[in-house]
Amino acid sequence: MIPPAFDYTRPTGVDEAVRALADAGEEAKVLAGGQSLLPLLRLRLAFPELLVDVGRIPQLRGVREDGDTLAIGALTTHHDVVHDPLVRRHAGLLAAATATVADPAVRHRGTLGGSLAHADPAGDLPAVALALDAELVVAGPGGRRTIPARDFFVDYLQSALAPDELLVEVRIPKTDGWGFHYEKFHAVAQSWAIVGVAALVRRDDGHIAEARIGLTNMGSTPLRATAAEQALSGADGPQAVARAAEAAAEGTRPSQDLSASPEYREHLARVLTRRAVLTAGGMG
Amino acid sequence: MTDQAVNAAAPEIGRARLRKEDARLITGQTNWTDNIQVAGLLHLAVLRSPMAHARITRVDVSPALERPGVIAAFAGGDLAEGLGSLPCAWPVTEDIVLPDHPPIAVHEVRHAGDPVAVVVARDRYAAADALEAIEVDYDPLPPVLDLETALADDAPLVHSDKGTNRCYTWPLATGENFESVRQRAEVTLRRRYHQQRLIPNAMEPRAVVVTPIAASGEYTVHSATQIPHILRIMLATVTGIPEHKLRVIAPDVGGGFGSKLQVYGEEAIALAVARKLGRPVKWTESRSEGYLATHHGRGMIQDIEVAATREGRLLGLKVDLIADMGAYLMLVTPGIPILGAFMYPAIYKMDAYEFTCTGVFTTRTPTDAYRGAGRPEATFAIERIMDDLAAELGLDPVELRRRNWIRHEEFPYTTIAGLTYDSGNYEAATDRALALFGYDELRAEQHERNERGDTVRLGIGVSTFTEMCGLAPSRVLRDLRYGAGGWEAASIRMLPTGKVEVVTGTSPHGQGHETCWSQIAADVLGVPFDDVEVVHGDTRSSPQGMDTYGSRSLAVGGEAVHRAAVKVVDKARKVAAHLLEASEQDLEFTDGVFAVKGSPEARRTIQEIAFEAFTSHDLPDGVEPSINAETVVDPENFSYPHGTHLCAVEIDTETGKTKIRSYVCVDDVGHVVNPMIVEGQVHGGLAQGIAQALYEEAVYDDEGNLVSGTMADYLVPSAADLPDFVTDRTETPAASNAMGVKGVGEAGTIASTPAVVNAVVDALRPLGVTDVRMPCSPHRVWQAVRDAGRAGAGAEAGGTGPARSGQSGPAARSGDLGQYGEEGSG
Repeated sequence: MIPPAFDYTRPTGVDEAVRALADAGEEAKVLAGGQSLLPLLRLRLAFPELLVDVGRIPQLRGVREDGDTLAIGALTTHHDVVHDPLVRRHAGLLAAATATVADPAVRHRGTLGGSLAHADPAGDLPAVALALDAELVVAGPGGRRTIPARDFFVDYLQSALAPDELLVEVRIPKTDGWGFHYEKFHAVAQSWAIVGVAALVRRDDGHIAEARIGLTNMGSTPLRATAAEQALSGADGPQAVARAAEAAAEGTRPSQDLSASPEYREHLARVLTRRAVLTAGGMG
Repeated sequence: MTDQAVNAAAPEIGRARLRKEDARLITGQTNWTDNIQVAGLLHLAVLRSPMAHARITRVDVSPALERPGVIAAFAGGDLAEGLGSLPCAWPVTEDIVLPDHPPIAVHEVRHAGDPVAVVVARDRYAAADALEAIEVDYDPLPPVLDLETALADDAPLVHSDKGTNRCYTWPLATGENFESVRQRAEVTLRRRYHQQRLIPNAMEPRAVVVTPIAASGEYTVHSATQIPHILRIMLATVTGIPEHKLRVIAPDVGGGFGSKLQVYGEEAIALAVARKLGRPVKWTESRSEGYLATHHGRGMIQDIEVAATREGRLLGLKVDLIADMGAYLMLVTPGIPILGAFMYPAIYKMDAYEFTCTGVFTTRTPTDAYRGAGRPEATFAIERIMDDLAAELGLDPVELRRRNWIRHEEFPYTTIAGLTYDSGNYEAATDRALALFGYDELRAEQHERNERGDTVRLGIGVSTFTEMCGLAPSRVLRDLRYGAGGWEAASIRMLPTGKVEVVTGTSPHGQGHETCWSQIAADVLGVPFDDVEVVHGDTRSSPQGMDTYGSRSLAVGGEAVHRAAVKVVDKARKVAAHLLEASEQDLEFTDGVFAVKGSPEARRTIQEIAFEAFTSHDLPDGVEPSINAETVVDPENFSYPHGTHLCAVEIDTETGKTKIRSYVCVDDVGHVVNPMIVEGQVHGGLAQGIAQALYEEAVYDDEGNLVSGTMADYLVPSAADLPDFVTDRTETPAASNAMGVKGVGEAGTIASTPAVVNAVVDALRPLGVTDVRMPCSPHRVWQAVRDAGRAGAGAEAGGTGPARSGQSGPAARSGDLGQYGEEGSG
C-alpha cells in the first residue's frame, strides 16, 4: 500500500496548474480530493510521474448563481455541495445524490470536479451530471472551453479532458420546479452503486411532460436512458410509468462483477427507474 | 469459596464501568506495534506469489540490491538454514498428513500470496519499491480449488510428495447406530450447506518488530499477536533461538478475531533477518496483503441429515464435513472443524449422532480460527436444518425446538456428543426473546403479507444456540491430540504502598481485560478499582500464560485472577491475625479491612498488611515476607453460554435486497462482570455473524486468484447497514467455575448467522425457495426467487443463486466469475 515515487507540485492558480500539466506531457495527474486517485496509487495501478495538487486554488471552490445556471467550482467538496443552499434550491438532484456518495469522511475530502473527471461509471455523480445536462468548463493552455456532459464521458475512467486540461467549473442549469430522485442500489452503505438511477421529472397537468434519466454503472460510461425518457413523456400514472420503465435498460451494456451479472443489472435498471420516476414525480 | 471470598458489598463485579484502556486505544495514543521506533530500524517487505500454484524455477534478488536504500534481499533458499517449518500444534489424527511449511517458499508456491522473497531497506518506501526489481520465474502448476474433486485419485496435488490432498478424516459416532435410527424414523431430511470463506479483518493489521540485543544474544519480538506466550515457544522451535533468549511482547493489539492466534511466517522471517543482519527489523502488512496472507476462516461443505418422528422428536443426526485447510496447516488449522464436531447436536436430545470431517488441501490461503472457530459452522447447520425440519413437519420452528431441547431441570446434562453442559435455561431465554420480539404479532403480519402477495416479504428466523468455549480442560485437549494445555495463570503483586498489580497470562486485544480483571481484584481484595493495574502481554513481566482465544479469558483467566486474589487474602489474614493478636477464625474481612469479630476497632487494612509484609518487621514465625500470590487454573469443563436469537427481515423480492427489520437476542452468559463490555461483545459478534449471512465472502477465480482482494469487493458491513439490536440477558450461573461466569466473545457471531439466513429462507419459502447460499446477496436472493418461480411453487429450486462460493461443482473452478445467468440457476 505504498505508492510508487512521484514528483509533486502545488500550484496556487489555474494558469500555473495548466502550465504544470502541459510541461509534464502525458505523465501528470491532477490531485484534487484524492479519494479516487490515492487508492489507485497505493494499489500501484497508476504510475504518474507528477501529481499536480490543485487543492489550494481557492477560486475553484464554491457555488455561485449565473442567471439560469449554477456555477460550481470543480474543487467544491461533496460535503459543501450537499449543504449549499443554492444547490439545494436549484439543483436538488445533485444535493440528494451527493449525499449518498461513500461516507462522511470521503464526502469531506472528495470533490465534485474530481468525481466527474475520474469518469467512473460506477460513481454516482457522472450519471447525475448527465441527467442535469451539466456543462463542464475546462482550462487549457489555449484558454477555456465548455464541454457538455453528454460529450465528456468517453469511456471507462476516460473523459474528454486532454492531458494538459484542468476541469475548473461545473455549470448546471437550474431545475426549479422539477421533481427529482436518486435511487441508489448498493450492497453495503459505503460501497459503490450496483446500479443507480437519477431521475428528473417535470409534470404538467397530471402527466409527465418531460423526464430525464441518468444511469449509474450500466456501461463503460454513465448513460441516459433515452428510450425510457421518450416512453415516459405523457405518462399519466404509476402503470404508465411502469410500462415506460421497461425500456430503461435499452442500449445499455452493463458489466459483470462480484455483485451482479449484466442481466441482473438490466433488471435493476428497470425496477429502479420505475421507482425513481414515481418518487421524483410524486406519483409513488 | 466464592461467596465468602467475594466482598459482601461487591461494588465492582456487575458494574457497567467504562473501560480504563479505552482512552489510549480510541485516541490512538498507545504504542501499536507499527508505531515502535528503534535506533537503526530496518524495514522488511515481502514479495508474494502472484499465482496459486507454481514451481519456482529461478529467483534473483540481486537487482533489488541495487535500488536506493536497500540493505539486503533474500530468497527462500537464502533463509532456509536456521528457519524450520511453521508449526501445526493440532494434528487431529494419528495419520494426519503434515506438509512442510517453509516461512518463505523455496521450490514451490501453493497459494496466491505465498512469500517468495524479502527486501530489507532503510525505509518502507524503499523496501516496497525494491520488491518490483526482484526477478522470479514460475512454472505454473494446476490450482486445486474444488473440495470434492481434490479428493479424486487423479486430482492434481497441492503437496505432490504427500500423494494425496486428503489431510485427515476424523470420525465420531455416539449413541445408537445412525442407520438403524434412520430406519425407524418417520421423517428424514438431508441438506447441503456451504460455509463460505471469510477474511477476519482485525482493525489493526499484522505487524512485527524484532530487536536483537547483540551483547546477550537476546531478541525482543514485538508482535500484533493474540498469543505472545505460545508465539515465544513456537518461534524458539522454528528459529532455533533458545526460548530464554526470546522475549515476546504483544503491546496493545487492535483486534484479532482469531487471525492473530497464529505463528506467522513473517514473524519467523523478521526474526531470521534480524539475526542475520544483527539489526532491528520491522514488518507491517497492508490491508490487501493481509487479505492474501493472514489466515482465512470457515470454508466448508456441510452435508447434514436429521431423522425425526412426525411429532418432531429428533432421533438422530449425521454430519459429513469437507473442510478447506488451504495450502498449509497452520497453528490449529485441522482442529477448527473438530471444535465444531461436538456442537452439531447443540441443545437437543437425540439417540444417535454420527460425524465425519475430511480435511482437504487446496491452493488457497490457509484457514484457521475465526471468531467462533468451528462452532458457528456447526450452529449454522443444525439451526438451519431445524428450521427446515419445522417447515417440513408444518410446525412452528420455536415449538420444534421446545420439543427437543434439554429442559432446565435436566442440567447437568451429558449430550449425545459427550459434553456435559453444566447449566442453562433455554426456556427462560426463549420466552423472554419471544416477548421482546413480538413473535406472534410478526407471524400474523407475515401471514397477512403473504396472503396479499406483497412484493416485500417478511421472514422470521430463529436460532437457539449454545456453544463450547472457555478453552479448555487440558485432559480433554490431550484426548483431542492438541499440543498444549488449556490452563491460565494469574498472579497478584501487593505493592508496599497498597497498590495492586494483577499479572495475567491472557493477552487482550480489545476485550477489556484491564477493566474486568481490575473489577474482580478490587472486589476480592477490597481495594479501589483505580488502585489496580493489569500487566499483560510481555513474556518477561507476565511469564506464564496460554493467551486469549476461544472465549476463554474470563472463564479461565478471570477465574485465575479471582483465585489468586483469594490466596492473597488468605495470606494477609495470617499476618493480620498476628498483628491483631487474634486467631484467624476470629477475623472478618470486609471492604479490604480485617477486623476482630466483636471488636471493630481492632482492624488492619489489606494495604497495611501489604506494607507489613514489605518491612517484614513483625511477621508471624514461619511466614514468608510476601502476601503476593499466584495460581494456575485448569478448567474442569468448557463454558456453555447459550441464548435465543430472533431475526426479522424484509426482502424486496423485486431487487433481492434483504433488510433486517429487527433483531432480538437474549443471551445467557452466566454471571456478568461488566454488562457494558458484554453488550459490546454481543453487538460486535452480531455484526460479524450477520456479515457472514448477508455480505462477506472471499471469492477466488478459476486460476485461484483472490478476487475479493480489497474492501471494495469484500463487503464488511458498518453500523449503517445494521439494525438497532435489542439485547437482553438471563443469568444462569456456570457451575464449573467459582465466579459462575461463561464466555461471551464469540456468542453473537455463533448465534446470529443462522438466525438471519433462517429469516431469509422463511420469507421466501412461500415463493418456493428452500435455500439461499451465503452470503445472501441481493443478486443471489433475486435469482433464487426467479428460479423458484420458473420451477413452479414447491419445487426444489435450491436457490443457490448465481454467485457461488467456489468450493464445489463447476463453480469451484470458476469462483463467482462467469457463473451467472442460466448456468447459475438450479
